[in-house]
Amino acid sequence: MSGYPEYMQESLKLVDKTRPERVGKSFRAMTADEKTKILNDYHPDFKLDEKRKLRIGTSAGELMPHEVADILEAHPIINPGDIDLTDITYDVDVLIIGAGGAGLSAALLAQENGIAPDEILMVQKLRLGDANSKMSQGGIQAADALDDNPAIHYLDVIGGGHYANKPELVEAMVKEGPDVIRWHEELGVIYDKLPDGSMQLAAGGGTSRKRMHSCKDYTGLEITRVLVDEFINRGISYVEFTSAAEFLMDDRSQVVGTILYDMDSDEYKIARAKSTVLATGGFGRLHIQGYETTNHYGATGDGIAMAYHAGANLRDLDSTQFHPTGAAYPDQIVGQLCTEKLRGRGAQPVNKLGELFVYPLETRDVEASALIRECYGRDNGIITPTGMRGVWLDTPLIDVINGEGTIEREFAAMLRNFNKFEIDIREEPMLVFPTLHYQNGGVEINARCETSVPGLLAAGEVCGGVHGKNRLMGNSQLDLYVFGRRAGRFAAERAKKASVGRLTLNHLDRYEKMLADAGVETERRAPILLPEYRGERTLEHQIRLL
Amino acid sequence: MEKNEQSMATIYVMGKKHSVPADLTIMKAMEYAGHQFKRGAGCRGGFCGACATIYRTQGSYKLQGALACQKIVEDGMYIAQIPFSPAEKKAYDLQALRTEASTFLEYYPEISRCLSCNTCTKACPQDIMVMDYVQAALRGDVVEASRLSFDCISCGLCAVRCPAEIVPYNVGQLARRLYARYVVGPTEHVLEKVKEIKEGEFDGAIEELKGLDRKALQERYNSREMRV
Repeated sequence: MSGYPEYMQESLKLVDKTRPERVGKSFRAMTADEKTKILNDYHPDFKLDEKRKLRIGTSAGELMPHEVADILEAHPIINPGDIDLTDITYDVDVLIIGAGGAGLSAALLAQENGIAPDEILMVQKLRLGDANSKMSQGGIQAADALDDNPAIHYLDVIGGGHYANKPELVEAMVKEGPDVIRWHEELGVIYDKLPDGSMQLAAGGGTSRKRMHSCKDYTGLEITRVLVDEFINRGISYVEFTSAAEFLMDDRSQVVGTILYDMDSDEYKIARAKSTVLATGGFGRLHIQGYETTNHYGATGDGIAMAYHAGANLRDLDSTQFHPTGAAYPDQIVGQLCTEKLRGRGAQPVNKLGELFVYPLETRDVEASALIRECYGRDNGIITPTGMRGVWLDTPLIDVINGEGTIEREFAAMLRNFNKFEIDIREEPMLVFPTLHYQNGGVEINARCETSVPGLLAAGEVCGGVHGKNRLMGNSQLDLYVFGRRAGRFAAERAKKASVGRLTLNHLDRYEKMLADAGVETERRAPILLPEYRGERTLEHQIRLL
Repeated sequence: MEKNEQSMATIYVMGKKHSVPADLTIMKAMEYAGHQFKRGAGCRGGFCGACATIYRTQGSYKLQGALACQKIVEDGMYIAQIPFSPAEKKAYDLQALRTEASTFLEYYPEISRCLSCNTCTKACPQDIMVMDYVQAALRGDVVEASRLSFDCISCGLCAVRCPAEIVPYNVGQLARRLYARYVVGPTEHVLEKVKEIKEGEFDGAIEELKGLDRKALQERYNSREMRV
């Protein structure tokens, strides 16, 4: 029985028909010139009317999506006049904002580097571990195979990022990859292994070696839950459902903690700290260009807004990652991730005629562009009942190539999530279209995770520079742990000698002045903390009486 | 992308009646009805367990469990979310444990109260054999407990339904960490590469790449050997 509507059956038959002849065949990879052309013609990043130059601040003049410029050209959410800076609720050495992979790693390493568990505070808008980190399916890169090494990995990252990456960050990441895997295994992360005890490694788009380590297709879940478990074991302080709203600064222009917003009681609290680590993740929930997203509910780009208010440099925000394969059908899961590991294990993108039309493992920006071209440039896509277009991702090939049972063993999450909608991905392909996936740019850091503002460190997706203008699969997972650990270590180092001056929120007044001087007239406020999905009627009739 | 004709369903969110499009998930239906989630929403893709929900359909006495982001509403559905279960997680030092039944009994002695009623398994939105992995832990079989519990997202529905007050997902987490740390152990080629990197074996090659201008780097990239 098919999980797809009647009118798609003819095309599904063509996919079935061409499958045997596609086994073992691939498609020629694009030349450098072809890649440049398809990116220019079809990648959403290259639509100039979807972007504008930022009008204010240290990164004024930089081109970025309207949705990102909108949260930067917005009023801070805190009015300094409302805040009593003498009433301090938390006073710690190291404050960590965000409990995803980077924040959790930072907390563990801060503790290992001599900061007592009650001198570390983790604050988190939602729950511990609620982050995009947990949703990563396909894997984590690390150059530990016999035929691989960090220099080979380095070239893949730099080329994949179109040579825009910050070299010192790439170097740090690739050199620490194998040690991150070692660390995970010591903490009790279960990686997929071959019968001989070596790692089961897969290819990803743009990798020149098989370098992807996985935990079935629950890689991020497995790593994050182990880190959360270890974090709780060590007794490190934390508070959930409490969001950082703005940074606190002192009279020496250092970041010295944050103003917290308790999401239950609506009260603010002051958290003062000698070192502050920003690990709030990305901006998928801003729905750049109206795209659906793979991202977590909390991915609202809070970190870049807060950091910009404090004067931090931003970079590479002109570039956004669209994952080539988000679900296009059924409507209930549109935009959700169909992991790149599916292609790593042999699934092919196929058009409505049953033809393979692109090398399945181009870098994500190129692969996504090829899917968009197939749907809109060549009209070879399938139109869904809600008017969306998509192409097939021929998953049954995975079992044909690797043997029956492979999908069940390695893609439990994908199999389960599609089964709920009566699509058995062992028998039928998925219908996919690119989806908003990752914030390539962000707050600029150095290899010690220091931002341009003293006292403020950052790690993970909130940062820019590691991946240049395009991130390769599995490198965000690696980025989280490499820079999360570094941030924890250097935050601890700093906290041991730093002192805090007189607290101020003058930076927010200065930001207001910049907005006024630049003629930005708006009612927008940022960070936005939560996305808005309530029904129109509710929003139109809202009043506040309590 | 509005559909022309929308069929609607009646749902009751904590008893309050709402009319919502019939093809929405519980999560999107609640938002449509005016809820803005603080608790009870997370990844929205079935990976995090933040949106554990219990429901009953009209005419049925059964309480069922689901993830709000994965379950489509049914007409006449009564819904309540359980975004938090006040379950205890024991603290332990993984590096000092043994892979024995006594480890599980030391930290989670309540597993010996398991009635084998299978309520946990029926409650699991991931279709995990929860009771079987709790039983495996009781036997000290970390391999089986780890394997069976692997797809757990710690939503908590098993724990709130268990008549013996067991917190299966914490037991599963302990089993998996024990399995990775003590049954599988470190990977030889990973340790080897860590050592080589530490000894600076690749520093020269990386320095050289860092020294290349864009054009030279581009040439190197475009002609690199692909072994995938």
